[in-house]
Amino acid sequence: MTTAAPVSRPTGAAAWSVPSRFALLLLALAAVLAFYPLYGEALFPGQHDYFLQKLTAIMILAMLAMSLDLLVGIGGMVSLGHAAFFGLGGYALALLGPEYEAANLWTTLPMTLGAVGLAALVIGALSIRTGGIYFIMITLAFGQMFYYVFNDAAFAGGSDGTYIYVRPAVAVFGVALIDLGDAVTFFYVVFAAMMGTYVFLRVLLASPFGKVLRGIGINPQRVRGVGYNPDAYKLVAFVIGAMLAGLAGYLSAAQFGFVNPSMMSWHHSGTVLVMVILGGLGTLHGAILGAFALEILHAVIEARTEHWLLVLGGLIIVMVLTLPKGIAGLLERITAPRANRARTGHEDRGES
Amino acid sequence: MTTFKTSFSRRAAVKAAMAFGVGLAAAGAMTATTSTGANAADPVKVGLMLPYSGTYAALGEAITNGFNLAVEESGGKLGGRDISTVKLDDESDPGKAVQNANKMIKGENVDLLVGTVHSGVAMGMVRAVKDSGTLMMIPNAGAGPATGQLCSENVFRTSFSNWQPAYPMGDVAYDKGYRNVVTMTWKYGAGEEAVAGFKEAFTKRGGKIAQEIYVPFPNVEFQANLTEIASLKPDAVFVFFAGGGAVKFVKDYAAAGLKGSVPLLGSGFLTEGTLQAQGDAAEGILTTLHYADTLDNPKNKAFRDAYKAKFGKEADIYAVQGYDTAQLFQIGLEAVGGDMARKDELIKAMEQAKINSPRGDFTISAAHNPVQDIYLREVRNGENVVIGVAAEDLSDPAPGCKMATN
Amino acid sequence: MDFTFFLIQALNGVQYGLLLFLIASGLTLIFGIMHVINLAHGAFYMVGAYLVWSLTGVFDSFVVAILASIVCAAALGWVIERFLVIHLYNRDHLDQVLLTYGLILVLNEVQRMMFGSDVHSVAVPEAVRYSIPLTDMMSYPVYRLLLAGICLALAVAMYWIIQRTRLGMWIRAGAANREMTASLGIDIRRLNALVFAAGTALAAFAGMIAAPLSSVYPGMGDNVIIISFVVVVIGGIGSVKGAFLGALAIGLTDTFGRVLLPEMSSVMVYALMAAVLLWKPNGLFARA
Repeated sequence: MTTAAPVSRPTGAAAWSVPSRFALLLLALAAVLAFYPLYGEALFPGQHDYFLQKLTAIMILAMLAMSLDLLVGIGGMVSLGHAAFFGLGGYALALLGPEYEAANLWTTLPMTLGAVGLAALVIGALSIRTGGIYFIMITLAFGQMFYYVFNDAAFAGGSDGTYIYVRPAVAVFGVALIDLGDAVTFFYVVFAAMMGTYVFLRVLLASPFGKVLRGIGINPQRVRGVGYNPDAYKLVAFVIGAMLAGLAGYLSAAQFGFVNPSMMSWHHSGTVLVMVILGGLGTLHGAILGAFALEILHAVIEARTEHWLLVLGGLIIVMVLTLPKGIAGLLERITAPRANRARTGHEDRGES
Repeated sequence: MTTFKTSFSRRAAVKAAMAFGVGLAAAGAMTATTSTGANAADPVKVGLMLPYSGTYAALGEAITNGFNLAVEESGGKLGGRDISTVKLDDESDPGKAVQNANKMIKGENVDLLVGTVHSGVAMGMVRAVKDSGTLMMIPNAGAGPATGQLCSENVFRTSFSNWQPAYPMGDVAYDKGYRNVVTMTWKYGAGEEAVAGFKEAFTKRGGKIAQEIYVPFPNVEFQANLTEIASLKPDAVFVFFAGGGAVKFVKDYAAAGLKGSVPLLGSGFLTEGTLQAQGDAAEGILTTLHYADTLDNPKNKAFRDAYKAKFGKEADIYAVQGYDTAQLFQIGLEAVGGDMARKDELIKAMEQAKINSPRGDFTISAAHNPVQDIYLREVRNGENVVIGVAAEDLSDPAPGCKMATN
Repeated sequence: MDFTFFLIQALNGVQYGLLLFLIASGLTLIFGIMHVINLAHGAFYMVGAYLVWSLTGVFDSFVVAILASIVCAAALGWVIERFLVIHLYNRDHLDQVLLTYGLILVLNEVQRMMFGSDVHSVAVPEAVRYSIPLTDMMSYPVYRLLLAGICLALAVAMYWIIQRTRLGMWIRAGAANREMTASLGIDIRRLNALVFAAGTALAAFAGMIAAPLSSVYPGMGDNVIIISFVVVVIGGIGSVKGAFLGALAIGLTDTFGRVLLPEMSSVMVYALMAAVLLWKPNGLFARA
């Protein structure tokens, strides 16, 4: 990402300086997505219901990927245990709510986020004592411990997981505001949550906090040199990222009505990390693009050939070799106006 | 680099936006088109959601082959209707289970959803059909709750519950004179349920479980626990392992010298599809299961010959379960003359079905799980030889199932 | 637990630890020296097991099959380095994660297409197919002891090559400072290819000689990748001595954990790693 402002020069505009054509493209993509419930039926009769829920699921994954991008792409904290917070969010809904009635969103969601935040505070405080590859491994260790705790936990359904029979209720004074059981409503709730997450993280990154965090991701020594404590900033980012992952997990559990320890497995953390890298690190919208690209490629290739693993794996290899800044980098480059083109190209070389 | 690409920049944004739309469209185009109105001329659509990659891929393939064989034997039709199948790799990932099941239910509009091997994935599928009401059949996964606490009208199982093949071994062990037994399995649902089944029968008779050993799944380093078994000196050891882990356990058990002194008992999966790899180490192991390759009945002989002729390899228990899935569906479809709209009648017919299976005839319990004979088998010369019936017409107690209360 | 069984369990722990060192040794090279995060390490382990399984059928000799398999695996590693990994040295480390993730998918599918999905096993060589009695109940397979010996020899050899030979000096120099090493006239490209090929061959070799003990099945690589990283990280990245001691620590912890704290056994290894990293954030034997 070319917008990383040096910490010594915190100008407000820097984090917002997404190239405008690129921004338009992103907006167009968001619109294509937002209007899907309107045109989906006409375009894909018979498939519409499935695509609606598939897109909803991908948007939830995109939220998870963005929350990981905050850690990995911005703060330089490569976590391989991030799915633990996603799973914790899901299990919180399953365990906090009543068994055969709708859980109250106004109570269960804050409790979920609180629980996830608390877990992240402890794990984060311990983990950020290490750095680099050691950080990857210590987050992996904590993630696996969570995985096995829930895998072995009889009260949470053990390895087979447990059900959430009714989607959470959103009511004020007993009057239902929206019905999360309706697929289109749920689609828009998730869409709003995804866009909200994106805007929230953009604002966060534009704030002085975000600038320091970005500086830490690039060069923690320098940030320490100008008088900030990198660990405190990293811990706050870790907790925020984890809580957003918990929110995604809560929504995922609400969508599927089913939670299972595999939500927390390192495979899941790894897949989300792959989405973030594929999309383009540190850009946030890259995480969304990566989630959509990987999931849609997977579905398309799988329907085409029995050997989908081979094709998908090969495509990933080709993409990593040809797209140094991920999908977001590619889109940015092809939409860049003439004047910016040279600059972007130059910085590509400069960073490598 | 710069000049070349700049000329495209104007159209690029539009292009990329379209690419996204095309991506969506492609996703639609790849999945088979489906007709909304049910027509007797249209085939009945069966979704096979099974593992086609990873550790359980062999099981997914065998189930698919068995299913297809049964359909082919009745002329490509079941109940007078053509059958079309669509396959989906469930990747044995419970995290994707509900989503994948919905792909079959909503994206492919299948009339019958068949799946799967992994218990956690099957649980996710059951969750999905609870909402949609789609007819579902489980051709392997033994998760107890699927035909227990979570049982439902539209969910059938043609394989077993984890409790079912393990429970009779409790009696067998006691009758053999064993009083003090160590159990060992992976720490996951299937293993825990199997051990619970064994323990229930064995302790009811007065046997004692010296120790229940659980190994983290899917760890296959058993040496520490084998040493522990040697120090406990039990009368026998009961285990639940399958696949690669079963091969390793049986070989390690023999290599540690325990084979000669402490008899090894198991739920039958210990020696299913693994005997060749286990070799001599498996000789003499006693297991209980609802099938054996060597089962001596005409149906089994015919089935095994046909399977071998068609697929060029020996049939196994998973192939039988896939075969019987199609057979049970056929009984239901025939009862309603191929009319999927008469689902209640179809379900009723399947509930009352008597399936002429290679495993021997079996019926369906009120909770929709097979009521079947469990055979006692011993490994002799690399084969599971049937030495008796450990339990006749055994039915899973289906704890918590509302359909089975009477 | 009486004293005899305590000793046997200690033997089990050490033997398991040595096996873990063997599995992780290739990763120590690729991860520790080249700084490439190679997620495909487990897939290479699987490749080795399948190679030796199929070649034992061809050559009718376990030892010959192993030698042939090593050559194949090293060639595979060399090709992957030459055509894929080479493009990523100057890129973000995470791009390597993505590349090797793609490799896992490809290798898993190639395995299925070539060898199918059934479970196989490789026979223990005739000469060592017996067990030594330890107690009245328990005996110890000689092949496991042989395996422990091979692991020990390999550890010594690796230590010697990296610390005492000219090649090792180049490797250490290359790990410390790529540009500087190149400017000294050492062919860093060839060195990288060599290290990657050696790392791949080691991972595959582990799969080969563990095959008679274990079994050969699809997805077997996924089960060793995490434990391999744990071994390397506990010891301190880039340290052969660290990986060796880390592997022993894990072997003993896992073994005694299973017996003494069975309800905790699934998280034991991870708890150990977390504890080590909290105590020494750069592993036990991090290089300064």
